Amino acid sequence: MKHVRAFGVFWWDFVVGDDWRAAAGVLLAIAATAILAAAGINAWWLMPIAVGAVLWLSLLRAARA
Amino acid sequence: MLAAGVSRGWRSALAGVAAATVVLAVIVAALGPALTRIPISALQLVVGALLLTFGLQWLRKAILRASGFKELHDEEAIYARELEEARAASGEQRAGLDWYGFTLAFKGVLLEGLEVAFIVVTFGSTQGSIGLAALGAAAALVLVVIVGVLVRAPLTRVPENALKFAVGSMLTTFGIFWSAEGAGAHWPGEDAALPFVLVFVIGLSFGAVALLRRRRLVLA
Repeated sequence: MKHVRAFGVFWWDFVVGDDWRAAAGVLLAIAATAILAAAGINAWWLMPIAVGAVLWLSLLRAARA
Repeated sequence: MLAAGVSRGWRSALAGVAAATVVLAVIVAALGPALTRIPISALQLVVGALLLTFGLQWLRKAILRASGFKELHDEEAIYARELEEARAASGEQRAGLDWYGFTLAFKGVLLEGLEVAFIVVTFGSTQGSIGLAALGAAAALVLVVIVGVLVRAPLTRVPENALKFAVGSMLTTFGIFWSAEGAGAHWPGEDAALPFVLVFVIGLSFGAVALLRRRRLVLA
């Protein structure tokens, strides 16, 4: 069980890293782009804006800490 | 690897490097062909999302270091600490190798190499050329090992944070591009949009460094 947990923690740290909110923000932005695309709106501009916002908020959290 | 080689002998360290390289090659060989069977839009979505989370981690650390909110890596201090720990460890022998030296080199190369393997598999599978991507990574690995063995000192002159900045920007750019395409969006100009996304990411990063530096001065 200890090894399974360590394995899970390693992969979580490897993919998600220090800020899980940034990873969640990325997933939300992708979902929003897909929803808009399904509604016939070509939302290519959404990902760059969302990534800029996610990065800035993540940096602010780190700077405050 | 250098710390293991200098303190515990090069035979065990190079055996550790070779074993880790084989494991990484197996990971790429197993994952690569499996990924190419996934439909391209689904692959772009998954790979784009992973590259984005990965790229943002690199970019975030590089920006925090460049703006002074996080300390720059001191390669010489890290090397000196690892060397001291390696010299103090017991001299257990297994399979004719110094076990500490072998595992130290193996773990170091495997853990750092996993990031490279991930980049090789994702970029290679999305572009349909895993072999070429693996060849590029192998050439870089051989070059670093040769320089490391010849110099026998940490590569302190390599501008590590600038390299992380560049890699983070590239990963984030491709992550934005592929995740948007995978989600069903179409870029104006298709692939020609990539350089503009890169310029946007670099501009965003430099802007963040400037703003954080100003904020640091205000706080100080």
